Amino acid sequence: MAIGWYLAVSAIIFCIGAVGVLVRPNPLVILLCLELMLNAANLALIAFSRMWGGPDGQVFALIVMVVAACEVTVGLGLIVAIYRRRLAIDVDELNELRG
Amino acid sequence: MSAVLFFIAAIVAIAGALGVVMLRNPFYSVLALVCHLVALAALFLLLRAEFVAAAQVVVYAGAVMVLYVFVVAYVGGTDVSAGRLTGGAERPSGALRVLAPLFGLAIAVELCIALLGTALRGISGKGAPYVLGFGTPEQIGTEFLTRYLFPFEAASLLLLVAAVGAVVLARRRRGLEPDEEPVGRPRSRPAYTGTMAEVAGLLSPGRAQRADWAAASADAQAERDRRAPEPTAPAPVAAAAPEDGR
Repeated sequence: MAIGWYLAVSAIIFCIGAVGVLVRPNPLVILLCLELMLNAANLALIAFSRMWGGPDGQVFALIVMVVAACEVTVGLGLIVAIYRRRLAIDVDELNELRG
Repeated sequence: MSAVLFFIAAIVAIAGALGVVMLRNPFYSVLALVCHLVALAALFLLLRAEFVAAAQVVVYAGAVMVLYVFVVAYVGGTDVSAGRLTGGAERPSGALRVLAPLFGLAIAVELCIALLGTALRGISGKGAPYVLGFGTPEQIGTEFLTRYLFPFEAASLLLLVAAVGAVVLARRRRGLEPDEEPVGRPRSRPAYTGTMAEVAGLLSPGRAQRADWAAASADAQAERDRRAPEPTAPAPVAAAAPEDGR
């Protein structure tokens, strides 16, 4: 398959993730949609790595995976903290940055 | 053969992504994301990125998704907004709900223009000729420890900071949040507001204030002992009863 097909799949997945971040009010699902967008970027990176024949894209894809894991950890910690304070788990309700 | 595999994996990946966005229950969203990640690992394999595909399955679909499943099970898997959509007119996301698909469509059109109108010739080809050892753990590891040593160390530091930050964020903080009320256990209450055992000096106020289960269950025991011989209870028992009902 040509590299362009992989890039097209990556673009579609990225758009689905972006729409999901905007549409869904649940922060858990928003984190999942962020994962979708990061994975789309990963797919594009690896496709370009295949195109050039160098390992640099794969190294960056692994770094992106590490960053995604960190983001998930902190995001889920925030969600657990929100839940402990008996607040609604809804990004439309949580629109104030007040301690 | 590789074209068939590509189309199967791509369709499963896109369907999984759609499932993440469209399914109401966050639990099913997580499962759809697992499907999506496995299909994406197949795409990585087709691109000859063996090590990244293995890491994708082991780290993402294994570890990170387990974390998600635990948090979804802890927080409760229901979508909070599902029942509240009836009064959606004053929701701030009311207009966003219409505009967001348009925005997504705009990004899609833009990316399609970028893909179709690119001057990059390699996009229409199958990629560089495959050399032995491309994408193996050996090659990736060599790159990480030689040319990309600084990103590697920065990533390890980032992981450490994220782990510490998650523990700090999710730990139980006194005074910031209401007390947990576990089901089926006696609830804690201030000292000298309830039972005769405190008045009689059987329990020190410090112990009662610390609200440990031993003191609370001792309170409940004393309450039961007191209530048994005197069925028609006066006011103090009536005041204490709703607390014990929890």
